[in-house]
Amino acid sequence: MSYEAVIGLEIHVQLGTRTKIFCGCSTAFGAPPNEHVCPVCSGQPGAMPVLNAEVVRYALRMALACGCDVRRDSRFARKNYFYPDLPKGYQVSQHEKPLAEGGAIEVLHEGERFSVRLNRIHLEEDAGKTTHDGPGHTSLVDLNRAGVPLIEIVTEPDLSDAAAAAETMRTVRGIVRALGISDGNMQEGSLRCDANVSLRPVGQRTLGTKTEIKNLNSFRFVQRALEFEIARQRALLDGGGQVVQETRLYDDARGVTLSMRSKEEAHDYRYFPEPDLPVLVIAEAELAAARAELPELPLARRQRFIDVLSLTDDEASELVRERELGDYFEAVVAALGDADAREIKRAANFIRTELLSRIDDARDAASARVAPQRLAELLALVRADRVSSKLAKTIFAKMWDNRRSAEEIARAEDLFVEQDSAAVVAEVERVLAASPEEVAQYRSGKTKIIGYFVGQVMKATRGKAPPQLVNQLLREKLAGDD
Amino acid sequence: MAVRDEIGAALAALASGEAVLGDALDGCAEQIEARAADLGVFISVDLDGARARAAELIERDATRLADALPLCGVPVAVKDNMTLPGLPTTCGSRMLEGWQPPYEATIVERLRAAGALVVGKTNMDEFAMGSSNENSAYGPCKNPWDPERVPGGSSGGSAAAVAARMALGALGSDTGGSIRQPAAFCGVVGLKPTYGRISRYGLVAFASSLDQPGPLARDVKSCARLYAVVGGHDRRDSTSLTHPLGDVVAAASAGEGAIDGLRVGVLSQSPVQVAPEVASGVTRATRALAEMGAELHEITLPHAEHALATYYLICTAEASSNLARYDGVRYGHRAAQANDLGALYRQSRAAFGDEVKRRILLGTFALSAGYHDDYYLRAQKVRTLIRRDFEKCFSQCDVLLLPTTPTLPFRRGEKTADPVAMYQADAFTVPASLAGLPALSMPCAVAPAAPEQGRAAPLPVGLQLIAPALEEARLFSVAGALEAALDVDVDIDIAAGGDA
Repeated sequence: MSYEAVIGLEIHVQLGTRTKIFCGCSTAFGAPPNEHVCPVCSGQPGAMPVLNAEVVRYALRMALACGCDVRRDSRFARKNYFYPDLPKGYQVSQHEKPLAEGGAIEVLHEGERFSVRLNRIHLEEDAGKTTHDGPGHTSLVDLNRAGVPLIEIVTEPDLSDAAAAAETMRTVRGIVRALGISDGNMQEGSLRCDANVSLRPVGQRTLGTKTEIKNLNSFRFVQRALEFEIARQRALLDGGGQVVQETRLYDDARGVTLSMRSKEEAHDYRYFPEPDLPVLVIAEAELAAARAELPELPLARRQRFIDVLSLTDDEASELVRERELGDYFEAVVAALGDADAREIKRAANFIRTELLSRIDDARDAASARVAPQRLAELLALVRADRVSSKLAKTIFAKMWDNRRSAEEIARAEDLFVEQDSAAVVAEVERVLAASPEEVAQYRSGKTKIIGYFVGQVMKATRGKAPPQLVNQLLREKLAGDD
Repeated sequence: MAVRDEIGAALAALASGEAVLGDALDGCAEQIEARAADLGVFISVDLDGARARAAELIERDATRLADALPLCGVPVAVKDNMTLPGLPTTCGSRMLEGWQPPYEATIVERLRAAGALVVGKTNMDEFAMGSSNENSAYGPCKNPWDPERVPGGSSGGSAAAVAARMALGALGSDTGGSIRQPAAFCGVVGLKPTYGRISRYGLVAFASSLDQPGPLARDVKSCARLYAVVGGHDRRDSTSLTHPLGDVVAAASAGEGAIDGLRVGVLSQSPVQVAPEVASGVTRATRALAEMGAELHEITLPHAEHALATYYLICTAEASSNLARYDGVRYGHRAAQANDLGALYRQSRAAFGDEVKRRILLGTFALSAGYHDDYYLRAQKVRTLIRRDFEKCFSQCDVLLLPTTPTLPFRRGEKTADPVAMYQADAFTVPASLAGLPALSMPCAVAPAAPEQGRAAPLPVGLQLIAPALEEARLFSVAGALEAALDVDVDIDIAAGGDA
């Protein structure tokens, strides 16, 4: 039988606020264990939570960016379960009245645009971290992460394949980075997801029995774990078996998902409203302020780059990958003034090749050694035919190294285009005279060899000869009889 | 009739130079050294700390400070579920034996900043769960009026400390009556303020939506003085109210004028049987109010009969969550022999006493999938109905007057075998807790010794006043006038008391 997969994601995003959700401790990653703890986040008896207002602002940005309905009176709830890295024995989360409901995430995958509807976005606190490699078979608990703010984004089961699910996660990363609310780093755990997946015969409306794969912490794992799980369920169903509702873990080393706990062993979280926190009331003014702060989202920006700036799909996709990169590009275009499509494309390509090859992370564009204004000056020299495209790359490299302007470098190193056409004519004639064999070949019909002559002339002029003029002169001379 | 104001008198003596700072402490220290251990009043005593603090204040010019610090040199006792660095906070439990809190409760901080001298941490029912102080892992606290009897609970130690003159005031906490019932049993004044009036930051949680710290003292005005210091908004407690307290100290001595035209509600029908001594004490107070010009209104709280069941579902549900943190991982008792996580949890939690275990189990059940709606959720609905009952009452009257407890202080061991009988001791206090309303208990009579009825010593009778939310000042003014009118003699001869 042919089946289709039905996938829903529960995405956890750590918000990049300076301090934790209910206390003043730092959220910085990578500190020595239990450095960022206080009576509140370590669950000392009698300590009480105070909600960090910045956390709410960040979460509102995400909710509005996804077009959710923001609840004006949301509530925190306690999710009760036991684990050593959960200091209070409960996680403060939201249950019956989440911050936001509805909305959708727009995803572009393999050239197709689709939307993944959201069920809800709610606020909660992160737990600490347990490692099981302490001395003498002990486990160690680090509470630095306990109380770091999270939003949980729960999607509707709108996805049907593993690659699209992974792309959805990439899209979420792009959105949270564009919003400036998280670095969305799956490696460091600031973006994580659980995936629910079930199969049903194509055409059937009711959902099959699902499994939940917990704690997927890279885009690749999201895809691989789902691919494996879909294949596993298909094999089960094809063999006449049934899928058991359970929670599974992905074992990357073996590339398989493994049963973690069955439905019977599932936690009963015994949710109830958190009595230590009042109702979270969102005022109209707060909503309006959050709305006013919303930046353009990556997909909208991509479309604008295509529609308004005439970039190709690939160029636009790459430039919107990180907000900082897109900002860099737009700053160059703005500084160029009235740039035409060709010049904008030149700027785009320059950034994609020259800039990106020099930074490890596209977000570093914001602090690139060559500022957008400086790059625009260089491209203006190209536009004015004062510097060749090829030499522009050389100049850019030198700008990167010594931070001087394009003009200064070109002057100091004599890299301007040769404006004296007589000098170019002389050089062309010299090259032709020195290569009688090649001239003969050209004239016998091997016209492709013209590239050789161009190269020789450019080499002799150290790239300064205007390529168009060189080409034109060569053709004229070679067409002649002498 | 002079207004009773023991703390005010101590401050005045200090300011006038009639007394030196430390005199009041010496008096309390004498009582503590003589009787505290026998009566089981404290879990930890810190007279050295109190003396050191007194010396500090003297150095800063005590006479001048007496005007500036509202509790300058006043010896106070603090219930052992409030954090105070330097002393353990045990909550009356083996689970927290020796736990040194790393931070200070807001209320303790405010007390000390006001010049109060903390003499020790008082005995209590384990995690504030109990009505007799018999559930303490450190032995029971005894009633100073009759050591065979209970001082009430859970703030039994705080009430006993004040009654036995081991402190001029004390802090207790009230979840379903834990300040008011021991105040009544020990013949002192105790206030449970409006929920949110006094910060819970540093109060170890039992049932967070009900817990409320409050003061105890031997007279109404002294109680108001303590409340004025510890009450008020605290940004570290998100449920803390921002409304100003008003001049509650002045209200306590407003006099009879506060009663003229006051509409006093009395219950037309009691939800439980009331002992005759209690009933006659309350009747006496009602008459006194009427004589001072109060209008009496018969009121009903139709849903009060469900208050106990509602209370014990909500408080146990919240407790099951609040006490989950005592898992042996970070602090408190940790089983030495456990070699895996399950064993660590199971064995460490054996340090809880029976009543605590009972409530954790009840609360876990009430919140469980499949039962949550029938128990927890239904209890929340009844809680709302009880709140509305009160709202309706307060559309007709200004305060309610009812007994604090159905009985006189009972004997130790009398109710320990029957938890439900014990829970009924809270029948009159629980409704105001559920509604979050301010309620004050004060002595209204003393039942004389009656050997033929098995009563070896005289015993105090308490009455309870309940006001609309935020109306603590009204409670103090009514209580102050009543105190003067009733003139109950609550002085007990402690030196002789224990041997009766």
